[in-house]
Amino acid sequence: MSSLFLGLAIFIAALTVASIYRVVVGPTVFDRAIGAGLIGTNVLLLLVLVGFLYGRIDMFIDLAIAYAMLNFVGTVALAKYLERRGERSL
Amino acid sequence: MIQVAAAVLLVAGAFFMLVSSVGLLRLPDFYSRSHAVGKSETLGSMLLLGGLALYNGLELNSIKLLFILLFVAIANPTATHAISRAAVRSGLQIWTRRGRGNGRDLAT
Repeated sequence: MSSLFLGLAIFIAALTVASIYRVVVGPTVFDRAIGAGLIGTNVLLLLVLVGFLYGRIDMFIDLAIAYAMLNFVGTVALAKYLERRGERSL
Repeated sequence: MIQVAAAVLLVAGAFFMLVSSVGLLRLPDFYSRSHAVGKSETLGSMLLLGGLALYNGLELNSIKLLFILLFVAIANPTATHAISRAAVRSGLQIWTRRGRGNGRDLAT
């Protein structure tokens, strides 16, 4: 089973690297915002999978809880700022 | 038996993460990309976390994983909606096949 976890972790890491293209190129700032949100969720899943691979599940799940909350708060704060200031300000 | 079910959930979750990444890279417009990312990413992460919780058995760590699952199920669509609403209020036009904003008015 741990080889399945390793394969999944490598797969999700490859998807994360592929999402960087949209963050760099994306013509509007909103593309970059949802690309960053996708990278955040991918990192959250990678955290939990690496926790299972290393055997220290407790520590990595606590990290994943904190990172999920940070990801959400960051994305909503960016959305509120963009709603107020418009797209040209970034 | 439980391991087989957990493996099925994990592979399904990885498939939906692939769908969301392909949608993010290949779709032509911000609104369609936010559809792909918001929906498929949430489902993929829920399936992955559910598979890991099922693999772990009945422990405290599984309860924590289900908490992360519930949080992601509530927070990810909210964040996607907030970004999309900011885009609508900024006046980003919908892409049609004949060009951008071709007389199509956004409902503001």
